Amino acid sequence: MSTGKTTSVVFVGVGGQGILLASTVTAKAAMLAGFEVKTNEVHGMAQRGGSVIAHVRYGAEVFSPTVPEGTADALGSLEEIEALRYAHYAAPSGLAVVSATSVVPVTVSSGAATYPKDVADRLRKAFPRLVYFDAGKKAVELGNIRAANIVLLGALSRGLALPTEAWEAAIASSVKEKQRDLNLRAFEIGRNIK
Amino acid sequence: MRELLSGNEAIARGAYESGVTVATGYPGTPSTEILENVARYKSQIYSEWSPNEKVAFEVAAAASSAGARSMVTMKHVGLNVAADPLMTLSYLGVEGGFVACVADDPGMHSSQNEQDTRQYARFAKIPIFEPADSQEAKEFFGLAMEVSERYKTPAILRSTTRVSHSKSLVELGERRAADRVIGIEKNPPRFVPIPVWGRVMRKKVTDRLVSLAEEAERSAANRIERRDLSLGIITSSIAYQYVREVWPEASVLKLGFSYPFPDRLIREFADGVDEVLVVEELDDFIEEHVRSLSIDCQGRKFVSGIGELSVTRLRGSRAMMEGQKPEALDMSFAEGLPARPPVLCPGCPHRGVFYALGKHDVVVAGDIGCYSLAAFKPLDRMDIILCMGGGVSMAHGFDKAGDRRKVVGVVGDSTFFHSGITGLIDIVYNRGRSTIIVLDNRTTAMTGHQDHPGTGRTIGGEATKAISIQEIGRACGIDRVTTVNPYDLEETEAAIAEELAANEPSLIVSIAPCPLRERRLVGPIRAIDADICKGCKKCLALGCPAIEFDGEVPRINVHLCGGCGLCEEVCPHDAISPKEGK
Repeated sequence: MSTGKTTSVVFVGVGGQGILLASTVTAKAAMLAGFEVKTNEVHGMAQRGGSVIAHVRYGAEVFSPTVPEGTADALGSLEEIEALRYAHYAAPSGLAVVSATSVVPVTVSSGAATYPKDVADRLRKAFPRLVYFDAGKKAVELGNIRAANIVLLGALSRGLALPTEAWEAAIASSVKEKQRDLNLRAFEIGRNIK
Repeated sequence: MRELLSGNEAIARGAYESGVTVATGYPGTPSTEILENVARYKSQIYSEWSPNEKVAFEVAAAASSAGARSMVTMKHVGLNVAADPLMTLSYLGVEGGFVACVADDPGMHSSQNEQDTRQYARFAKIPIFEPADSQEAKEFFGLAMEVSERYKTPAILRSTTRVSHSKSLVELGERRAADRVIGIEKNPPRFVPIPVWGRVMRKKVTDRLVSLAEEAERSAANRIERRDLSLGIITSSIAYQYVREVWPEASVLKLGFSYPFPDRLIREFADGVDEVLVVEELDDFIEEHVRSLSIDCQGRKFVSGIGELSVTRLRGSRAMMEGQKPEALDMSFAEGLPARPPVLCPGCPHRGVFYALGKHDVVVAGDIGCYSLAAFKPLDRMDIILCMGGGVSMAHGFDKAGDRRKVVGVVGDSTFFHSGITGLIDIVYNRGRSTIIVLDNRTTAMTGHQDHPGTGRTIGGEATKAISIQEIGRACGIDRVTTVNPYDLEETEAAIAEELAANEPSLIVSIAPCPLRERRLVGPIRAIDADICKGCKKCLALGCPAIEFDGEVPRINVHLCGGCGLCEEVCPHDAISPKEGK
């Protein structure tokens, strides 16, 4: 990744899963590494348990705050089918990190739609560079399910050329003091997943 | 020092740096965080959430008449509510600078329409400024304030969802406070628009617009970027960012001070390029004007005015213009995926009321708020929504039209104070019979939990008198006022049945605080005993996202359950109970 190019990252999931923290940390890490940064996030009605996407872009000069479809260098998803819903955002060479977590939408529970049975297959076809693991389980092992977003971010960080120190400083300044060590460990665990 | 700020945070910073001392508003996505951030400058700026946009506008207008730099914030549809004072403040003009910060929502991420606030600038004959990123959001606020004060005109700062909710780096500056004594000058011809003086004002408004157009010609907010001269693009707001990516080689006229139009600058730009393309979101505001100058241009033919623009959409526009097929993305992976629309949260107190309403064949006139989500299946208990406060007055309209069914009007607590009260008075005054339900979750929830006149707290967190919805109902002449706990289905169902049967108007206030704001569970997390569950799916009728069903029997997602216990109440087989160990 040369400095002349804009790097694009998207985080997707279900409203309330904590994708905003992942995008904030990424933006700060890019800022600390000396890049121009733009982000976009969802507020209001669009947030209420619906499907959500957050965008982060950085480089020497960034125009659109939202990631053009088909160009994301990295896509992180905290929910399986949301990764498929936004798969067209990923660049063909992009890295996708998807948590093996399923949140059944109300449309399925009410019988109006069905949850696909071939998620894993579809994910492998959709993303040539796929890291697929249960981020929630890793977070629970650490002691807090809510750290799943940072575990996921750790794995995703391997696809982004930002220095480890920038990531660590970004995490430290984005979470409460007493959650700091837990999140730093969550990031490291994620970063070591292949 | 540079900070990563959202457009809304940057506007707030601009207000601080420009010496604003009075700031008012009513919450509305995507504008809400502007005032929330202004309110942090407590010692320099008086801030308030007003009951509605009209009141907010009038409070700030008076402050400005007295010489205070003032601002008001709202979403696009909020300006409809404040349109009355807007149109005449243009005549009165201002003393201290006055900036209305209005955020549009192209694509309707969180709105009921996608109207274009630029039309209001033309309508009211006042200047409008359109930032394209957070740095400009801060700077253009300052510019709007300066122009407003110099030309004694109200000004609009127009943002959009993507400007308001995108973050980019902003250079911070110092506060420039105004040095003036506050007090309105005794000068009725200046401030009282009765016809004899209003006619004089009318002439001044038009003269002012001519001077403002000259100002726009000179403004650094309008700039020509000359690159390749075969195509010149006129654009504004966030569309500018997309244009720079899709047509990196093209020349651009970027309008930041976009009304009144800088005609000479537009002609100069058009004369210097072979072809002109207008790229703008929503209405053909610029295109129509450029054509009126007899400049040949393209626009809507290639760039849609419906929904929001994006780099992807404009790549399609470019391909179309160049006679090529737009690059197709592989969307096959998303085929047949179940939709995931926004839903009432687990533990939401509104759920109980809509579930109970489901037992009656009634017309439900809804309103703007989280409870709009009750229109979706399986709750499916909302028949019509028009606007803020409309749920109350529309119920009365159905009643008077002679709808064959009984009618219920539903309104939120903040919305009740916003514009539900006048509708309630109408029902009593004109001998209506509607049942009105106020879904009082003790906050303005959908926009991110702002206080309102019923919460007992101001925007700054100070304690204040909490105004009682029940007492207002009684003062309006409603004799039947009841209060229910929406988590108690039996009580809620009984109250609704009783009030529907009454042949006079009634008010039911359903009170339970929004658990999302409280940040705690309503009660113990529930679990379904799969051995007892008969798979009758009664619990699924609640439309709770925590109850997942994709097989034999439903199960409750422990990470989502809000502990409200409604599912336990509706289960006919006692299969649902508090989860052990929780």
